[in-house]
Amino acid sequence: MQWETVIGLEIHTQLATQSKIFSGASTAFGASPNTQACAIDLGLPGVLPVLNAEAVRLAVRFGRAIGAEVAPRSVFARKNYFYPDLPKGYQISQYELPIVGEGRVEIVLGDGSVKSIGVTRAHLEEDAGKSLHEENLAGGGYTGIDLNRAGTPLLEIVSEPDMRTPQEAVAYARKIHQLVRWIGISDGNMQEGSFRVDANVSVRPLGQTRFGTRTEIKNLNSFRFIERAIQFEVERQIDVIEGGGSVVQETRLYDPERDETRPMRSKEEANDYRYFPDPDLLPVEIDVAFIVEAVADLPELPDSMRERFHTQYGLGEYDASLLTAGRELAQYFEAVVQATAEPKLAANWVNGELAAALNRSEIDIAQSPVSAAMLAGLIHRIQDGTVSGKLAKQVFEAMWSGEGDADSVIQARGLRQITDSGALESMIAAIVAANPGQVEQYRAGKDKVFGFFVGQVMKESKGKANPQQVNEILMRVLASD
Amino acid sequence: MSLDASDIEKIAHLARLEIAPESIERYAADLSNILDLVAQMDAVDTTGVEPMAHPLHMSQRVRPDRVSEHDQRELFQAIAPLTEGGLYLVPKVID
Repeated sequence: MQWETVIGLEIHTQLATQSKIFSGASTAFGASPNTQACAIDLGLPGVLPVLNAEAVRLAVRFGRAIGAEVAPRSVFARKNYFYPDLPKGYQISQYELPIVGEGRVEIVLGDGSVKSIGVTRAHLEEDAGKSLHEENLAGGGYTGIDLNRAGTPLLEIVSEPDMRTPQEAVAYARKIHQLVRWIGISDGNMQEGSFRVDANVSVRPLGQTRFGTRTEIKNLNSFRFIERAIQFEVERQIDVIEGGGSVVQETRLYDPERDETRPMRSKEEANDYRYFPDPDLLPVEIDVAFIVEAVADLPELPDSMRERFHTQYGLGEYDASLLTAGRELAQYFEAVVQATAEPKLAANWVNGELAAALNRSEIDIAQSPVSAAMLAGLIHRIQDGTVSGKLAKQVFEAMWSGEGDADSVIQARGLRQITDSGALESMIAAIVAANPGQVEQYRAGKDKVFGFFVGQVMKESKGKANPQQVNEILMRVLASD
Repeated sequence: MSLDASDIEKIAHLARLEIAPESIERYAADLSNILDLVAQMDAVDTTGVEPMAHPLHMSQRVRPDRVSEHDQRELFQAIAPLTEGGLYLVPKVID
């Protein structure tokens, strides 16, 4: 039987605020345990949560970025469950009336086609603390609780069950990741847990409209794990059904070491959350002025920029989507284009040499030792024929390792292209004269030998001969007697 | 609407409340009475009435995003049963 996979994602992204969503404690990552957990975060009796305006502003920005309606009135609710890293016994979240309504994002699939994925809603909530299951705390048998993260603002972004393959799920997760960083609402740092994904996965016979029973895989913190966990889960569910069984609706965890998912043992009945409006918090009312102010400095969004790179600069879908993967990269690219008026060359260099060098050094574009102005300087020297494309790579490497801008590298290393045709002519004449055997072969119709001569000229000129000129002169010399 | 003993046991468990077996019947009756009262109110026509999220007719105040709390770990941990290395300790829980 042919099976269809149905995937929906819930993405928790930490909002980039200084203080917590309901308290004045710091949200900075990496502090000593419990030094950033105040009375409100600890759920001590008699405290009252007060909403952080910045968390609301950042949620509004996200709503606008996915074309969703921002609710004029939203309500915080208590989600009740017991776990030691949740001191109050409930998490403050939003349930019936979330702050952000339905929106859409576009993902680019492997074959270059575009698919639209629905976002059901996005709501504000507080994060829980962390449980440290270390051996030997107080002699063993204990779990350590760090509540520094408790109360950190999260935006939970819930998708429609619109994805059909693990690859689509990853593309969507990457899209949301790109977007939240692009509009500056989250640092998206997955190692630090600022961006965590839960995947709802089910399978059904192809053509059936009713959904199959789903399972939820919790806390996926890398794009690779999202893909592998879903892949495993799909195969597991198909095996269960084809073996005559039925899928049990449950929460599962992905174990990267064994590359498998397995049911979570704790939090039994955890799905009976008994939500109700939090009496400590009044409804959040957002007026037009607040929205206008919140989105006033929203930058051009990645989809629109990708489209513009395509139409304005004539770049292919692939290049355009690579260049708009992050806002700083896109700005870098546009700065190079503005200085050189060579969008295609700029795209090739940014997506080629620069991307490779950034990858090798494992750094971001913001830390690139080659600035946009420096890359533009190099492209100028390619344009005006000072360096060949091949030597330009050498110049780039030298700029990367801090030898200065293109002009000083070309000067210092003597990489200027030989364009003096007289010098080339005599160099080529000497090479042709020194290799009579190859000349004979070439004239006998063995065209490949031409490459041998080009190689010799390049070797003799240390790569500085203008390739086009070399071709022209060689053709002429070899054709004549 | 009436709740039976198993409903009461489940609700108590979810709330982590320990109740004496002999009180279960009484809780079932009391809570059922409350639900019956709610059911009576269901008869009122509420067309066009916006559901109330809070008894106060006000909207939530917000505060500026500023760190205003300093570290008081020592004070808070003085009343905790068990701590180590700055962590609160609880009986082992496994995910």
